[in-house]
Amino acid sequence: MTSKFSVIGQRVHNIDGTEKVTGSAKYTFDVVLPNMLYGKILRSPHPHAKILKIDTRQAKKLIGVKAVVTGKDTLGRKQGIWRRFPELCDEEILCRAKTRYIGDPVAAVAAIDEDTAEEALDLIEVEYEPLPAVFDPLEAIKEDAPQVHDGVELNININRHIEWGDVDEAFRKCDHIREDQFKCSSQAHVCMETHDAVASFGHNGKLTVWTSTQSSYYIQRLYADMLDMRESDIRVMNRHTGGGFGSKFELDSAQFCAAILSQKLCQPVKIVLTREEEFTATKRRTPMYYFLKLGAKKDGTLLAKEARVITEGGAYTAMGATALYLTGFFSSFPYKFPNYRYDGYRVYTNTEPSSAMRGFGAPQSTFCGESQLDMMAEDLGIDPIELRRKNGMTPDYEVPGQAFIQSCGLHQCLDKIEETIEKRGKLPPNHGIGVASYGFMSGGIFNWFNTPYAFSAAVVRINIDGKADVFTGACDIGQGSNTTLAMICAEELGIKLEDVRVFSGDTGICPPDLGAWGSRQTLMSGNAVKRAAAECKSQIMEFAAAKMGVNIVYDLDIKDGWIHIVNRPERGVSYYDIVKGAIRGKDGVAIMGRGHYTPHRKGMISPAYSFGVQAAEVAVDVETGRYKLVNVTTAHESGTVINPVGIEGQLEGAIMMAGGYGYCEDQPMDEGKILNPSIADYKLIRSLDMPETEILEIDTYEPEGPFGAKEAGEGLTNPTAGAIGNAVYKAVGVRINDLPITPEKVFKALKEKEKKKKAK
Amino acid sequence: MKKELKLKVNGQPYELYIKPKTLLVQVLRDHVGLTGTKRGCNDSSCGACTIMLNGMAVKSCSILALQANGCEVVTVEGLAKGNKLSPLQRAFLDHGSYQCGFCTPGMLMSSTALLAENPKPTKEEIKEGIDGNICRCTGYNSIIRAVTAVVKGEYKEAK
Repeated sequence: MTSKFSVIGQRVHNIDGTEKVTGSAKYTFDVVLPNMLYGKILRSPHPHAKILKIDTRQAKKLIGVKAVVTGKDTLGRKQGIWRRFPELCDEEILCRAKTRYIGDPVAAVAAIDEDTAEEALDLIEVEYEPLPAVFDPLEAIKEDAPQVHDGVELNININRHIEWGDVDEAFRKCDHIREDQFKCSSQAHVCMETHDAVASFGHNGKLTVWTSTQSSYYIQRLYADMLDMRESDIRVMNRHTGGGFGSKFELDSAQFCAAILSQKLCQPVKIVLTREEEFTATKRRTPMYYFLKLGAKKDGTLLAKEARVITEGGAYTAMGATALYLTGFFSSFPYKFPNYRYDGYRVYTNTEPSSAMRGFGAPQSTFCGESQLDMMAEDLGIDPIELRRKNGMTPDYEVPGQAFIQSCGLHQCLDKIEETIEKRGKLPPNHGIGVASYGFMSGGIFNWFNTPYAFSAAVVRINIDGKADVFTGACDIGQGSNTTLAMICAEELGIKLEDVRVFSGDTGICPPDLGAWGSRQTLMSGNAVKRAAAECKSQIMEFAAAKMGVNIVYDLDIKDGWIHIVNRPERGVSYYDIVKGAIRGKDGVAIMGRGHYTPHRKGMISPAYSFGVQAAEVAVDVETGRYKLVNVTTAHESGTVINPVGIEGQLEGAIMMAGGYGYCEDQPMDEGKILNPSIADYKLIRSLDMPETEILEIDTYEPEGPFGAKEAGEGLTNPTAGAIGNAVYKAVGVRINDLPITPEKVFKALKEKEKKKKAK
Repeated sequence: MKKELKLKVNGQPYELYIKPKTLLVQVLRDHVGLTGTKRGCNDSSCGACTIMLNGMAVKSCSILALQANGCEVVTVEGLAKGNKLSPLQRAFLDHGSYQCGFCTPGMLMSSTALLAENPKPTKEEIKEGIDGNICRCTGYNSIIRAVTAVVKGEYKEAK
């Protein structure tokens, strides 16, 4: 079948590919400016302490040191991404009176090189008064627990309640009810490029920043808040960005300290966090305690679910408040629960703040929910896939009072996965295949950040040679959004991909866009780019129609640079010739189009949702508990596939990250100190551990998305931990409810099982 | 007290004066100005700084620059011949074997060194060859596919 698209769906090279394979791609890490200084940050060694005194005199005397700043050099404001709620803006970044976790910044130095700056840190004397600290949220909500923030009752940072139907009544009607507890661990983002920034204040008081970020607009706005500046006096540019995964859209210590130092000196200051700082003093995936109650009829109809969740917030609100909300909503996903109730509490602790990470609360809810669903299936004697099929969402379903599902290919995904499992036939001993269903949003509808701008915006300019320039505040952090947006622009205009350039993530030249988080850019930024391109196209068509002298009832279109009558494609004119004429005809004004997208009347969560089902096969060594991830097969639907190579990459990459979440990644702590802050000690999946991956793409069309597309980034991180848990159970009959499912836990559970068997 | 360092980088001889404790990665990035080589950690565990030293894959943060005195270094910038990309570079492009691109120079250097030593590696040997390199984006399999395609002869050395 020939595709109705010319560019969309083609296997293309990313538009920045050659730069990346030749080493010429420039990251913030590579930026060097004339007169530039290097900064380092001094951090609290105490989980909770009063700052009594900071003496910077010796540090300032060190030759090569140009400035030392502390909280006193700031305006004392607090940043927060939930800007609508001042009480949730709680992070000073440079602490003035109190530090709240090991890693909280207390001072920063700018010097002629990193070694000198490092040496100066040792010369800063900070007198602390250590305070009692609390590390576990279940301890922190007790009456007599130490207060992380003054005046916050029971250390509860924020709570969320979601409810529909009559949950209590529904539980009374259930034939079977399960109550289970789960614990979801922490996870570090481990972006290959650590957080970094080059901040440069001019003598004109204007600030220019190069930084590795997922949202230049957020960083610009948060700088404006913290420095009491006008947004437009701040230019934030994300260059090539070495990964984000949720860690890079709040103002961070590298960005803020570099700016404060540069403000004093009017010299550019570069700060690159060390890998240790990256692990201990940025943000991380939110650890959660999950209490789930699930009720079903004998025939497998799920009547009610109740989720109670307590999350380890760490020292500050960050994006963790959003994770608390989303884990609550996605705990009902992707099933049609007629009755559902969620109560979530985010609790402050004296640990590194938890925040957004790829999947944004949904990997937690999916692990717990999919594990429990398999247990329920076993209790009822129903096949786990059948149970999912019976209750799974279908197209045009309304989640009561919450969300409208338009496209949904969950059932096709279930069919495909069932087929592949059947094909696999009988497995070797101690092998097991576990499944997990999932879904995710294509960008959030909520606006706690309180932006007055459209969620996404783009400008397209057509140059005299017919080439199109896309200007968008979207940020390409490696996920390939610039390529996706270029493909959308090229398709809409009917030109070649190489005819499109993309300028992105630069607040100086691009219209504001909320950036790369919540899997939003394909749908939201994509819609904005498509609309901007369509506006250009309609201007071009005016000239084409005039030139061709066609009957006005005929439709014109552009394909492969050929403007033609739709029903008579041979009758046409060259797009490139028409553009030349059109610009002349407009008194030399380049053709420009603007496009915006903000979801309206699409419920509370997202304008569209992706769905999928994953099957993981493990092979367990019963002697040691060690197991191998053999194969992970995913049936996935994300609407029209814009960039197939990109989706494969997102999917396989998600398995590395989510497989690690299920299998080995964790951040154990002792009294608030992270014990494995290096890549050598933080175990993640390397090439030898990586399973075989298979992708089964399911065809759907999302009416809300550009050309029918929806998200394909974060949702893929949701199922793997649950699928692994279910697979281990299928293989050797032990169920691990707390992540990660390490060989040690499997070994202990096997021993326990043996003991019980003997006791009988 | 600075010391003299003589080495060849991508065929070009350099004479530099450096502090003895300077790491090779710092010399390449800060003194020679080749920023393609990345640095993702300080303890040679991520592989982003992998280069070829006398034909062998070496993590350039794991050795002092002076230990490379008199050696030949190849960095990612040295893989293409003029405007012709190397087979592995072209294979990486076709297979989408990069996303954020920060690990890509190291991955390319590890793969290049592997094929120089063993032109016909098995899949398991390819996996071993890049096991010292972390990639947080791709999940490795697209990289393995690209290297496999080169091994199969699908990408010829450009003339």
